[in-house]
Amino acid sequence: MMSSDRRNFRWIGQNLKRPEDIRLVSGRGRFVDDVKLPRMAHAAVLASPHAHARIVSINLDAARALPGVYLAVGGREFADSVGPMPTLSSPPVVQHCMAVDRVRHVGEPVAAIVAASRYIAEDALALIEVDYELLPAVVDPVEAIAATGDAVLHPDRGSNVVHNSRHVWGPLDEAFASAAHVVRRRFRWPRVSPQPIETSGAVVDYDRAEKKFTVHSNMSQQSVIGARLARALGVEPFQINFHINDVGGSFGGKSSLYHVPLIAAGLARLAGRPVKYVEDRLEHMANGNQHASDRIYDAALAVAADGTFTGLCLKVIDDYGAYFMMNTGSHGNALAQATGPYRIPALEYDLTAVLTNKTQQAPYRGFGGEVGNFVLERLVDAAAQETGIDRIALRRQNFIDKAEFPYRIPNGNIYDSGDYHRVLDRALSHIDLDAWEARRVSARAEGKRIGIGVATVNERSVLSVTELWFLDDKPAFPQTSSPESVRIRINADGMAVVTIFAPHWGNSPETVAKQLTAEYLQIDPDHIAVNYASTENGLISKGPVGSRYTVMLAGAIAGATATLKTKIIRFGAHMLGVADDEVEVHDESVSVIGDPSRRQSFADIARAAHSFRLSFPGGEDFRSGLSAEHTYDHPYTTMPKADRSDLGVFYPIVGHACHIVVVEIDERTNQTRIVKYIAVHDAGTIVNPRIVEGQIRGGIAQGIGTALYEIYRYGEDGQLLTASLADYAIPTAHEIPDIVVDHVETPSPFTEFGIKGCGEGGRLACMPAVAAAIDDAFRGEGLFVAELPVTPSHLHALRSVAGPSPE
Amino acid sequence: MTISVTINGEPIAATVEPRLLVCDFLRDHLGLTGTHIGCEHGVCGACTVLVDGRTARSCLMFAAQLDGAEVETVEGLLLPDGELSPLQASFRDNHGLQCGFCTPGMLMTATELLRQDGRLDREGVREAISGNLCRCTGYETIVDAILTAGRDQAEETA
Ligand code: FES
Ligand code: FES
Repeated sequence: MMSSDRRNFRWIGQNLKRPEDIRLVSGRGRFVDDVKLPRMAHAAVLASPHAHARIVSINLDAARALPGVYLAVGGREFADSVGPMPTLSSPPVVQHCMAVDRVRHVGEPVAAIVAASRYIAEDALALIEVDYELLPAVVDPVEAIAATGDAVLHPDRGSNVVHNSRHVWGPLDEAFASAAHVVRRRFRWPRVSPQPIETSGAVVDYDRAEKKFTVHSNMSQQSVIGARLARALGVEPFQINFHINDVGGSFGGKSSLYHVPLIAAGLARLAGRPVKYVEDRLEHMANGNQHASDRIYDAALAVAADGTFTGLCLKVIDDYGAYFMMNTGSHGNALAQATGPYRIPALEYDLTAVLTNKTQQAPYRGFGGEVGNFVLERLVDAAAQETGIDRIALRRQNFIDKAEFPYRIPNGNIYDSGDYHRVLDRALSHIDLDAWEARRVSARAEGKRIGIGVATVNERSVLSVTELWFLDDKPAFPQTSSPESVRIRINADGMAVVTIFAPHWGNSPETVAKQLTAEYLQIDPDHIAVNYASTENGLISKGPVGSRYTVMLAGAIAGATATLKTKIIRFGAHMLGVADDEVEVHDESVSVIGDPSRRQSFADIARAAHSFRLSFPGGEDFRSGLSAEHTYDHPYTTMPKADRSDLGVFYPIVGHACHIVVVEIDERTNQTRIVKYIAVHDAGTIVNPRIVEGQIRGGIAQGIGTALYEIYRYGEDGQLLTASLADYAIPTAHEIPDIVVDHVETPSPFTEFGIKGCGEGGRLACMPAVAAAIDDAFRGEGLFVAELPVTPSHLHALRSVAGPSPE
Repeated sequence: MTISVTINGEPIAATVEPRLLVCDFLRDHLGLTGTHIGCEHGVCGACTVLVDGRTARSCLMFAAQLDGAEVETVEGLLLPDGELSPLQASFRDNHGLQCGFCTPGMLMTATELLRQDGRLDREGVREAISGNLCRCTGYETIVDAILTAGRDQAEETA
């Protein structure tokens, strides 16, 4: 049932109120720290105070002697029962959830206590004596490349460089040789992180008789990760059952959460009690597997005399921190839309991944794609300055036209659909640029600068999985599918129950599952309930990563409801005494075509199908019950070529966004304030506008954090200098403005209903628009933002090297 | 030590360690897990409760300090018939929450604000919630939710 005609939709496009909210506003959410089990003990973890050191010895005697302490264990001993953590790196960069003999970043777990309360556990931490032998701290990624001896973090890898590759797609040399302008810039992308308000945690029970773990955790991808955690724990996947909790925000960071459940599970088995381990904020900041891309770019855009873009070179050094869990996945992601919304026929991607003594990288909303968008949009603005072509005209001139879709970019990925001009037009319709130009002049008299920024970016969605490994010669886990499942039953009372297998983590899975099921079955959403199954009752599910969940749920629900509908029609037609093709389904009933008075309600049919087998013919067709399950594969992916001259189709559901930002900068304090913000997105067909707008606003809020406020700073000795929320400044209600959000809908030809993903779009678009607005505030003075965040001191430095004011 | 405290209207006597924090007292000892802990260092506001009608960060206060106090938590907001209060309903109607982890703190801060006299406007609401971090919503819909709920008490001037 693929349709792009909105007028036919009854429930899709409605602002259905979220069923999730009722428990959440009542204090009845089910978050991991709310789980309390009989005999449950509490864990606390000792974190390394050093960036790089050998652990000479750990003395746990005094900690063990403290009343109320059940268990004290150091990393080496813990590794006897819990093996290395899962990693996509190949050969593996070995990482234990508790350091064995060597610590590689501040905050890395060294030892753990299990005690009657968290208070006692923390008392005991203070009694642990660790003897460290310091090693050189490697902080600068460029210096890390050439480091030798003790400054190599993982001696078995021989070097801190864990990946180096160069790929060229399309006629690159010709493009640069014949270019009228080559726009080159160096960019520095800051280390930031999701920082959800809930930290990571797990409560694990181990049944010694059955040798089974029961895990409550706020991670995601349970059905995928379960098997990997089982291997680390030395058990089979069926011996771990993951329950699904409410999750207090993830933004990607909790999607590959291994260390917390592994620590809790290992401790529970050793202690012989259920164990709760919930990170405190400091642990989450220093060890939450939470830091994101930390990159240096040397980038160049080849531009013909008439302004046509002809080639793009991206040379990247990425500081991964101390381990390499996700391999180069975030660059696979950036490659999905490396050439943005523009026709650019040639692309070079040269990547050096390097390890340093910092917290390792994990996904964060955008997963590297947002960095690529920033760099490309900044190059386009620079090209506008160098060619003298208006920045909006230059974009329009190079946009892929709506008639060109599906459009193949140089590396092989496909964009499904779009209308970039229409999105830009819609965004411009929300702002009076002339009025702001006038305001720019009057503001100067008040010591204020006004600047306007525009960004037009793509918004790849619906993660498949090859991007996680295709840059690697010999990938460790070259999997090619990432399906999603649902199970739906209609109870004897006619109520539909949809079971899903991934958690609510701030998205709205219950709401969209209801709306989609209502649409397919034409049932009132009030007659649909949504619940979650633990992995032992579950089906395969990857859950909400890479802006995929709504699209994947729609596919799974389409499959399951198709099966259900067939059966409802069969039962209904039999009850009405007519053939299957003589009935139609509407308003929760089956009726005879042409004679709507002859009808059977879903409730009657469900009751008959549940309890009156003898009223129907024998055989399989009328087997009792109304239930169906369906596993849906990604709608469109292909394999990369062996030599990677073509990466295949790996992220083809591609939305688009235009953000226009107006900033006001105080000349004296260099404080940047956002005074107007417009965001127009095309996320295909929208299931629930209010929810989509929530995702966009939330993504922008995080984008403003990245653009203006947030950064992890490390000292020369590898100390994390921004280790609390007082030092790492996530925006408050003062910093985030009201935002005009609007939509254009070009349905995807590849997905159910034409839906595209939208979970990351706000953050995929925000930062280049803010940077451009700051440049524009100093128009004609040669100021160019190439590094974030633009804090007042950073802006002061930029202004002192920029030219004099022309006005 | 022993304290007597009223929690959401219910009198409670409890023996507590002097160092026990209010958030842990509520969550672990009383099973009132609606109050959330986000940072334990007074920055995020997720743990906000009302003590004698005033907002307090329950991660920065000892249970021992509650002796004789009246405490209100998110669990006390539902109407007696179990329906959502106008403020709770307004958060739902305006999509003022996504993950819902900051929400109990936001609701308690808003409860204090709505009890004060005077007109509410967007800036005032932003000011009032500026000590409560939300990483999901971008705040705008939280402001909408509080303003909508306050419409009967104060004229909206936004
Ligand atoms: S937990 Fe109390 S302010 Fe964050
Ligand atoms: S709704 Fe998630 S932190 Fe506010």
